[in-house]
Amino acid sequence: MDTLHFSIAFEQYLLPDGRLAKPFNSKDFPTEQILDAYRVMTLIRSFDQKAIALQRTGKLGTYPSILGQEAMGVAIGHALQEQDIFAPYYRDIATQYLRGVSLSEILLYWGGSEQGSDFEKCRKDFPICVPIATQLGHAAGAAVALKTQASHHAALVTCGEGATSKGDFLETLNLAGAWQLPLVIVVNNNQWAISTPRSIQCGAQSIAQKAVGAGIPGVVVDGNDYFAVYAEVQKALKKARSGKGATLIEAQSYRLGDHTTADDASRYRPKTELEQAWLKEPLKRLKQYIEREFNWSSEQETAMQKAIDAQIKLAVEAYLNTPAEPATAMLDYIYETLPEGLADQYAELQAIELLKRYPNTKQLLNDDNHQVGA
Amino acid sequence: MSANLRSIRQNSKDTSADAPVSHSLNLIEAVNLALHRAMLDDSKVVILGEDVGVNGGVFRATDRLRAEFGLKRVMDTPLAETMIAGMSVGMAAQGLRPVAEIQFMGFIFPAMEQLVCHAARLRNRTRGRLNCPLVIRAPFGGGIHAPEHHSESVEALFAHIPGLNVVIPSSPQRAYGLLLSAIRSNDPVVFLEPKRIYRYSKSDVIDNGLGLPIGKSFIIKPGKDITLITWGAMLIETMEAAQTAEKSGISCEVIDVASISPMDHETLLHSVQKTGRCCIIHEAARHCGVGAEIAATLSEQLFNSLKAPIGRITGYDTVMPYFKNEAYYFPTVEKITGIIRETVAYGQQGNAIKH
Repeated sequence: MDTLHFSIAFEQYLLPDGRLAKPFNSKDFPTEQILDAYRVMTLIRSFDQKAIALQRTGKLGTYPSILGQEAMGVAIGHALQEQDIFAPYYRDIATQYLRGVSLSEILLYWGGSEQGSDFEKCRKDFPICVPIATQLGHAAGAAVALKTQASHHAALVTCGEGATSKGDFLETLNLAGAWQLPLVIVVNNNQWAISTPRSIQCGAQSIAQKAVGAGIPGVVVDGNDYFAVYAEVQKALKKARSGKGATLIEAQSYRLGDHTTADDASRYRPKTELEQAWLKEPLKRLKQYIEREFNWSSEQETAMQKAIDAQIKLAVEAYLNTPAEPATAMLDYIYETLPEGLADQYAELQAIELLKRYPNTKQLLNDDNHQVGA
Repeated sequence: MSANLRSIRQNSKDTSADAPVSHSLNLIEAVNLALHRAMLDDSKVVILGEDVGVNGGVFRATDRLRAEFGLKRVMDTPLAETMIAGMSVGMAAQGLRPVAEIQFMGFIFPAMEQLVCHAARLRNRTRGRLNCPLVIRAPFGGGIHAPEHHSESVEALFAHIPGLNVVIPSSPQRAYGLLLSAIRSNDPVVFLEPKRIYRYSKSDVIDNGLGLPIGKSFIIKPGKDITLITWGAMLIETMEAAQTAEKSGISCEVIDVASISPMDHETLLHSVQKTGRCCIIHEAARHCGVGAEIAATLSEQLFNSLKAPIGRITGYDTVMPYFKNEAYYFPTVEKITGIIRETVAYGQQGNAIKH
């Protein structure tokens, strides 16, 4: 055989200062789409701050901030079509929101209720997946199902760069290549897996080049550049939907926040690195772009922010007003039909529920422990 | 595949109007027939695994299915058990009914995370929005002189997981009926096939497309003095021991648990209430084995009806020995016969019966 040659491209349109690195066809990015991208990125950043505030005041459980990674989530959400299937990890609320998952559903999930994954819309999408990289297998299976059913849609899965060290990631890449799956894999390389930096996660120059070993194309994009992520995801989805196989996209970004609200990144992350990363954050650069290209004004900004604040307020109220499920819910969905052998356990939970409703009988419960978000 | 099974296949395609025919099959042929029937009945049923396609599986469970149903429904996967289970979860969530083969139970551990963290939880996690109707088939147990990691019996690991069904057939007819039900179930099923008796004997299997209920045990032989509870390949030794005991006038009721999870407490309790005595026989190691759970349930519910302590004959609490010494590991007919006698003699004058 001959010597083989591979290359990994880096795609970027929007420079950190909001100027274009290279021109794009304006037909590819209608003004409404760009303004919607800016609005949703701003919404998600505000929502993210609200979620952290709710956690700090005891009204939400542990929550993983997506600060600084808004562009890629919105770009993926814009590129996906309704009948594509999305398999998220836990830092994907921007995409989930654009798929139709409501902000109150997202809060319910992080507020400790399974109801948060019973999406009213996008009912075939996978729920948030906590065990790292395991969602890649599900997305591969979804892609096989789409292929088997002769559907012209694709599955898209996301993960962090830490997940790329796991076998699940490599097994999925391998299968996606071997079976020409209609699959797009987007790695949110935010440089940190809790306290483990990218430099000791993997010795390769890029995560994207792991695609080479699987026989699928890999590309690196500036993950803080809405245009670059959208263009590459769109291209990969089109390719997948037309039966031409899978793509790996490494979106390089930076986790400006802690890993979760239970983490303190100042213990391990150099302050100077964080300061440098803030210079490249995605929201400001898109704002600079629309200010220049569309004369986006401070009045427009204020009006938009006001609408966003109202939207978030409504979502928080809906979340806080959602009653907890009854205790029996923990057994209602384990099997399609409750096995006879679990009847006693079910009856016990029913009794606990009754006592909770009629506490005069006997105060057995600390009600506070059983109310989500109350 | 035998010419016998091939002709059954021919028949099963065009006999819908006719009465179902009975065929003499061994257990692995019955598995194959059930897979064939399930695939004929439902185009959502797909098979995947290592070597399941052209080769028909290393034990031939999927023999000829590729030729009949094609590449899209019988998929040879890369050698990746994590992926086999993970993609089965994804396929099942998106409308297919995957039947995945793990070549030997000793290689199921990479698939554990997907089964425990996702297959068992997807319906609960999404409050019924998505479910996971998958079957993971795996040959299990020792006794075929296989290399290391090819002889394990770790059904208890899966039985401990809420949301997973664990089903073990011990005859060709039960393999056929239980596998059909497993494939049609909307819950994930770990279907463990006792490979020692894959070709142990043939018996009549009626290809009627009818499933046998999951969650029910089977009374293989009624009796009145003692209940013998077992599953999988150990049914063979247990039945032989029961017959030996009968010669000494001890009437044994033998139950094939079949559904390890969910478990048919009712049938077990009813039987032991009647006999007042019970021995549990399983090939897996004793410590935290399924026998312990059965014994605990019977003790809790029937303490006053028990005439003797509940006995257990199990594998040793050790790593499965390589095959030169594996015979020492298994519960034997003699051991089972011994505990039957001991249990029946318990509390009787002078404990006269010796073994």
